[in-house]
Amino acid sequence: MTDKKNGISRRNFLKGLGVASGAMLLPAREVAAAAGKSDEELCTLLDLSKCIACGECVSACREVNEPKFPKPKKPYPEMYPTSRVKVEDWSDRQEVDDRLTPYNWLYIQSTEVEYQGETHEVNIPRRCLHCRNAPCANLCPWGAAGKQKNGIVRINDDVCLGGAKCRTVCPWHIPQRQTGVGLYLRLMPNLAGNGVMYKCDRCYNRIDEGKLPACIEACPENVQTIGPRSEILKKAHELAEKNNWFIYGEEENGGTNTVYLSPVPFELLNKAVEKGPGKPGLSPVEDSMADEEKLAYAVGIAPFAGIAAGVIKAGKFLASAAGGKDND
Amino acid sequence: MTSPLFARLFKWTIFIMALTGAAQMPIFKRYYIADIPGLGWLADFYLTNKIHYIFGAVLMFMALYLLIMFILAGKKYFRLSSSGLLRVVLYGAVIGTGALRVIKNLHSVTFDPFTVMLIDWTHLGFAMLLGVAAMYAFFRGRKPYLEKGVGMRL
Repeated sequence: MTDKKNGISRRNFLKGLGVASGAMLLPAREVAAAAGKSDEELCTLLDLSKCIACGECVSACREVNEPKFPKPKKPYPEMYPTSRVKVEDWSDRQEVDDRLTPYNWLYIQSTEVEYQGETHEVNIPRRCLHCRNAPCANLCPWGAAGKQKNGIVRINDDVCLGGAKCRTVCPWHIPQRQTGVGLYLRLMPNLAGNGVMYKCDRCYNRIDEGKLPACIEACPENVQTIGPRSEILKKAHELAEKNNWFIYGEEENGGTNTVYLSPVPFELLNKAVEKGPGKPGLSPVEDSMADEEKLAYAVGIAPFAGIAAGVIKAGKFLASAAGGKDND
Repeated sequence: MTSPLFARLFKWTIFIMALTGAAQMPIFKRYYIADIPGLGWLADFYLTNKIHYIFGAVLMFMALYLLIMFILAGKKYFRLSSSGLLRVVLYGAVIGTGALRVIKNLHSVTFDPFTVMLIDWTHLGFAMLLGVAAMYAFFRGRKPYLEKGVGMRL
């Protein structure tokens, strides 16, 4: 996970572009633009009016990312206290594809919504939204989750202890845990940790090679486009204005690098979709790190205030000491 | 060099920093500590993080105040004990890496994941070392930070 690996060179991206654009209906302009602006975070736009829930993206994600999936060995070590720490084992249910699991980083929520006298069937590919100021990456106490400069939020499966704090602090509770894998087995498997957390990593390795994420490349309906965030937002607003559509992800949690466009309001979609573990909602989300952002000012000012107070106090102390000496 | 009130406030600040720092790891819920009436807030990662920030600011104020006081006025009369020097260095390391954590959490800042991991591990590591050093000093007869320098004025 070095800068070099994280960065997307123009050459690599364009090299991949040549291969990928021949194979599919590629949003070439965005990708080419991304290659030219590698200093800007990459963002995806999902046009929900196009998604037909064919599941090609789900299959492609599973196929391409299969080498990254957990391979736990049973039996799992006993974890204490047993009444509180539960095994989360998906290894015997790897085929589950109607929710997020450690083996299924993308699934499609399908729902029907009445809006302006019409019934809309809306299909929503769901995965990590790759927040711009991701609480999972900010609050992981172990440095296992991090955001790359290209906007991809990743969990390092070599380091993650599976404490699931990232899932707790994520507004959509996206990361999913698999017990029986990872570093915790070599530390204190009975007393700390519980596996590794897994989620979409936006095919970071494919992007490093100049390729598109598997879900984008496989989509026959061209639902997703990827590019620099400013361009993606520009396109999203153009389409939203032109069609009277709605945007989700621009402001949610301080802004995400996944932007959804929908012909029906997200309030209605949020009410209609099935929610629960591994099934995120679409409610408005305040910036989770907004308070920390404000408190950072206090942290920034405090040392200077301390220096000033110290100088004043030391001055007074020295003056009084000198006064005492004079009196002697 | 400081008043008893200052010393008491410093100790409380350290205690709260240690408690809310430990609460950043998902252990208080796992070990039922957050189930104890009145301690449920220890399982709220956002709340404990904000408290950690607030008292982090207080600690930085106090630490810099003490450091400047010592450099400008105290050095003439006192010197740091070896145990005190060790703890001061560890405080510096914990505060420094903590400040880096605050910076990396800013919306406008993105460190690469390896740097983030390094910051998190060193912050945790130095905090644990400081805890060990403080416990050692406490149980070996409350070793003071400062001792009167031989031949120094008082």
